[in-house]
This record gives sequence, C-alpha cells and structure tokens, in this order.
Amino acid sequence: MFAVERYRRAESVADAVRLLAEDPFSIPIAGGTDILVKLREGHRQYANLVDVHGLAELESIILDTDGTLCVGAGATFTQVMESPLVREHAPVLAEGASWVAGPQIRNVGTIGGNICNGSVCADSVPPLLVLDAELELAGPEGLRRTPLRGFHTGPGIVARGQAEVLTKVLVPAPPRGAFAAASLKYAMRRAMDITTIGCAASVLLDGESIVWLKLAFSVAAPTPVRCPSAEAAASGKPLTAQTVEAVKKTVEVDVAPRTSWRAPADFRMHIIRELSERAMRTAVQRAGGGIR
Amino acid sequence: MNVEITFTVNGQTLSARVHPGTSLLDLLRDQGFTGTKQGCGVGECGACTVLVNQLPVDSCLFLAVWAQGKAVRTIEGEALGNVLSPVQEAYLDAGAVQCGFCTPGLIMNSTAFVEKHQGQTVSREDIRRGHAGNLCRCTGYTTIVDAVERCLKK
Repeated sequence: MFAVERYRRAESVADAVRLLAEDPFSIPIAGGTDILVKLREGHRQYANLVDVHGLAELESIILDTDGTLCVGAGATFTQVMESPLVREHAPVLAEGASWVAGPQIRNVGTIGGNICNGSVCADSVPPLLVLDAELELAGPEGLRRTPLRGFHTGPGIVARGQAEVLTKVLVPAPPRGAFAAASLKYAMRRAMDITTIGCAASVLLDGESIVWLKLAFSVAAPTPVRCPSAEAAASGKPLTAQTVEAVKKTVEVDVAPRTSWRAPADFRMHIIRELSERAMRTAVQRAGGGIR
Repeated sequence: MNVEITFTVNGQTLSARVHPGTSLLDLLRDQGFTGTKQGCGVGECGACTVLVNQLPVDSCLFLAVWAQGKAVRTIEGEALGNVLSPVQEAYLDAGAVQCGFCTPGLIMNSTAFVEKHQGQTVSREDIRRGHAGNLCRCTGYTTIVDAVERCLKK
C-alpha cells in the first residue's frame, strides 16, 4: 500500500486547480510511474494527491489551425508514439517517447508527468527543446503559456506553480524547407534504463549550408539544456566535417556533466561530443542533406 | 478516505472499497487473483503485468482506483477450463516456461502484443522490444520470442 495521506479525485482541470489551491502540500498525479515509486521510497512530499489520471480533456492530441501540434499533457508515451499527428508533424517527439522504459510503463506514464517531474533525464524533453515547444498551464489565475526552455530551474525543479496543472505541450509548425530532427539516447540497455545522456538535434538546411542547428541534452547539466554555443558554431555554416568538428568542440561550453554511479563526468563528456555528431548527422540526413 | 470502485476482472464484476493508496496488484491478490505476481514493486520486472482495457500495465504501479469502470484481465482468465489460450499453448510448445514466476506477466504482455499485432509483419526485434518490460532470469528470452512468433504466424 502506498502511503497516500490525502486523496482527491479531480473531475476536470478546473477542479484539479481548485483542489490543488486548497491544499498547499498537494501535487497532481497522472500516470504515477514516478510519483508512486517516490512514495514507495518514503518521500512524504508526494502523500497528498490530486488525481488527474485519465482526464479526457488532458489526453487529446490535435493540430491547431495555425499548424501548432497540441499534445495533451495527460497523453501517455504510447499515445504520443502512436499518434498519426505526432508521427507526421513531430516525428522526433515520437522517437523520444519510444526511448522511455518498456511498454507497460509507456502505457501509463504521461508526457506531462515527464516534464513536470523536472527529471534531468526525461526522454521527451530534448526533442521538445529542439522543437521550441511551449507549455500551457492552467492555474488559479487562468491559462498561461511559457516556453519549455527555462521551465526546468534545477534538478527535479520546474517553474510550475503549486496549484497549476500542465494542460498542453505545444509544438510549433515545422519551418518550411529542408527541416528534420533526431533524438538519441545513450544507456546501458536499449530498454528499461535511465538515460546516461540524451540528445536531440534539429536542423534547417539551405542547399549545402546549415541555416540553423538546434541541439539539446538531458543529463548533461543540472537541468535539460539547449546548447547556444554549439548551435552558433553550426548556424550559417557549410555542411562540412569542419562544421561538425566545431560543434563537437564547442558543445563543451554549454554542458556541465557530473559524475554519478552511472557514469563519470569525463565519460559523459565523451558521449556528449559523440552524440552531438550523431544527432546532427542523423538530422541532416533526414533533412535530405549530406555532410562533405 | 476509502473509495468505492467497480470494474470487471476477466469479465466478472468486482466491487470493493479501497484505500486510495492500494495498488491494483494488492487488490487483485487480496481478491484471490494470486496468479499475478509481485516482483520488484517499482515497474521494472513486469511480473505483475495485467491488461487494463487491453493495455498491459504494471499493476504494482497502477492505483486500484484507476481501474474504476474498466476491464481488467489477469492470467486466471486466459485458460477456459482445461483449454489453454493460444499464447499459453505456444509457451508450452516453445518451452518458454521454467520457474514460472515471471510467466503470468509475460503471458499477459504477449497476449496483448499478439492481439495488437495480429496480421502484421513483426520482426523478432519488434517482439523483443515489445517484451522489454518483462524480466525473466530462468528461461532466457529466445523461447519466449519463439512462442510469440509462433502465435503471430498462426
């Protein structure tokens, strides 16, 4: 039995916001695949639950008229992976979701939970960072939108107000032209494993040159990060091995990997450089380009 | 704080009053469905896999209250009397069972996998990835993949 001290079932998002506002020690639970494990480990801050599991209004995945892909925060990883809309408009997000654990966990764990946990190893976050995703949150003052970039403020900490519920993950329409993205994961196994280093890259190409590169990592710093220096080293540059080398060298400025039992910092840095190249090359290839 | 829930297990209605911290696994075992095993308790081994509305989930990490109004399938519902399900039959034919602790969860996951992919072309790698949430420390996985492949070819 999980040591739940207070449990209230939300009938809607508005109801969840109200219930969260009533009890400053309460947190929303959706899939529970992280929260219940934490609770089992004895973390008392997860004992007062406002249950949003399976709320239909959080699960829809739709395409807005302006081309924005709106993924309900309560959509499970399986729903994200299998959604024809996600596969068509943000295939890299489906790819990122496919890296999560195994089928049983993906059938329950939600994309919103993956973000709101603030985990530095969240597999869905690097792809969303290179897509410039935004978040929609419902709170006592109504709805607000905020970029995903900057939402993670520290290890396990995000800028979600205590009474706020993440409702949607918004992915802007992809740019016109030769655009593609890739999401890679380094871990000991190809399943059921916490990420050692996660990486995603997106590129827009113009003939033989890179209009821009976006590069993001998980577990490479105290929060998931974008890599402005590495991106600058590639943007506007020709599609050459020298550009790739410049990215691999510059990325060190953007990250601050640490040593843990899973991997020492210098090994993580090695993986970061390597994944920078592989993610970039894969994205370039998918965008129809080639590196000379 | 207890919550009244009603759902079906293997087609039979089950009503219970549960503490909201009760896992579906604990409720099922308390109700006599002890075929579902508790392994790791944190969603890593898959021994507690049951189907909720056809989807395999780790019942150790699934609150019982979430089963409200849903259809749960456990290993007890797979054989009809003495007639094994096609997946169970294939496990026997392939020699995919040894100690049997992980087997109920594996069979439930395989059943969902086979039902979802019936008529599709599925590689052995797809089957392996589809069973990544189940650990077995006795049989090795080859015979399990064989069993699933056998079912899909029927």
